[in-house]
Amino acid sequence: MTATALPAAALDAAQPMPGAKPTTMPVTLKVNGKSGTLDLDTRTTLLDALREHWKLTGTKKGCDHGQCGACTVLVNGTRINSCLSLAVQHQGDEITTIEGLGSPDKLHPMQAAFVKHDGYQCGYCTPGQICSAVGVLDEIKRGIPSHAQADVAARPAVTNDEMRERMSGNICRCGAYSNILEAMTDVAGAKA
Amino acid sequence: MKAFTYERAKTPAEAAAAVANNPGAKFLAGGTNLLDLMKLEIETPSHLVDVQDLKLDRIEETSDGGLRIGAFVSNTDLAAHDRVRRDYGALTRAIVAGASGQLRNKASTAGNLLQRTRCPYFYDTNQPCNKRKPGSGCAAIGGYSRQLGIIGTSDACIATFPGDMAVAMRVLDATVETVKPDGQTRRIPIADFHRLWGNTPHVETALERGELITAVTLPKPIGGTHIYRKVRDRASYAYALVSVAAVIQPDGSARFAVGGIAPKPWRMAEAEALAPKGAKAVATRLLAGARPTSDNAFKVPLVERTIAAVMAEGAKA
Repeated sequence: MTATALPAAALDAAQPMPGAKPTTMPVTLKVNGKSGTLDLDTRTTLLDALREHWKLTGTKKGCDHGQCGACTVLVNGTRINSCLSLAVQHQGDEITTIEGLGSPDKLHPMQAAFVKHDGYQCGYCTPGQICSAVGVLDEIKRGIPSHAQADVAARPAVTNDEMRERMSGNICRCGAYSNILEAMTDVAGAKA
Repeated sequence: MKAFTYERAKTPAEAAAAVANNPGAKFLAGGTNLLDLMKLEIETPSHLVDVQDLKLDRIEETSDGGLRIGAFVSNTDLAAHDRVRRDYGALTRAIVAGASGQLRNKASTAGNLLQRTRCPYFYDTNQPCNKRKPGSGCAAIGGYSRQLGIIGTSDACIATFPGDMAVAMRVLDATVETVKPDGQTRRIPIADFHRLWGNTPHVETALERGELITAVTLPKPIGGTHIYRKVRDRASYAYALVSVAAVIQPDGSARFAVGGIAPKPWRMAEAEALAPKGAKAVATRLLAGARPTSDNAFKVPLVERTIAAVMAEGAKA
């Protein structure tokens, strides 16, 4: 059968969808400092909202199941997997993507450090790695504990073991891990 | 993903009623497990009731010196809470041993308790699974079962409860607080919260339709050395093959709960009473009646060895 454009009603009749009908809702997000509202299907993940509707394709879709970390963004300053979150859960939230961290002529220190230390090869996981790395250093600064600590009641330190453990939700198929670690160490040192 | 409608409830009782009154409805908290399963159409809710506005995101002290943890408190916030780190270290250790930093930032306390199994046959919609499709059979029995359960399983299902947090809550004698659609509240000891599979592996907890978890309470601290030891295939971001949460007292008395082997965190007072006789005695009692498969028989000695390692760590502290 050749592809033919069908009116929406005919499509509905041809492909009955059990359960609820597709529903849209207005979703307001503050993305990289700018508020905007769009009508979105309730099924739209935060990742798809950013990429397909806000047209910010820096955030990447890897596994789409929270296993690879390519979709990591900062929501109200905290890193999450944008693929495992619905856009409607984030009404009014402040979202920072790789585009909001810095720009080519004004790089965020973490972006500059990834360039300096060659913290990537193909680059696909890089936006998620950088957003996650920014989140990790903030979490260490705020004293959030990790599995790498011998004493979880103590304040964590910026060590290789800490950063490796905390970055375990970001996979790099090219294996740029050691350079990513050097970039993070550089930024953490510059801040200290 | 199947289409669904979405609402944000204003009160816990309203949320419970909204789910109870709609057969296709489910609660939505962090969404990290639910959305994963919705994408695979293993979960197909037609309506979601978001609980983020219910003010269940606080940790408070209780009058008896314990803690009340709101159901919506994130895994990260719970692990990082000063009192939890100081007085309930096994809980912080268990939480940070699970998932990734991004997931812990989003996942909630109640959602962690309610997460579904990671049995590969539950996830593979081309395979029979009594949990996913009651009555269809169990492809895991006779299949690849290295990760799966060795005790408390049944002829209908050999899946495990996959979480870490609940294993520590079990050793700490936590209580799950709920509200029902009619506004009635109830307190469920964590020991009774997760069910054994039996003939109804799709029924995983003691919760009734529409019953909403509002909090988890911890009794006053019991002191001792708090340990969570997790044995897994990777050093980070992997489910437990075997895990042990323990609180070991200076007099040698101890509590042990084991994860990764059963439909629920596995703990027995009779086994703990054998602590002075050593890990072998404890593990033998704890695993009496175990029915491992040839793929996961290694978990039987692994439980004993992990308990031995935990006892050694406790004796050193």
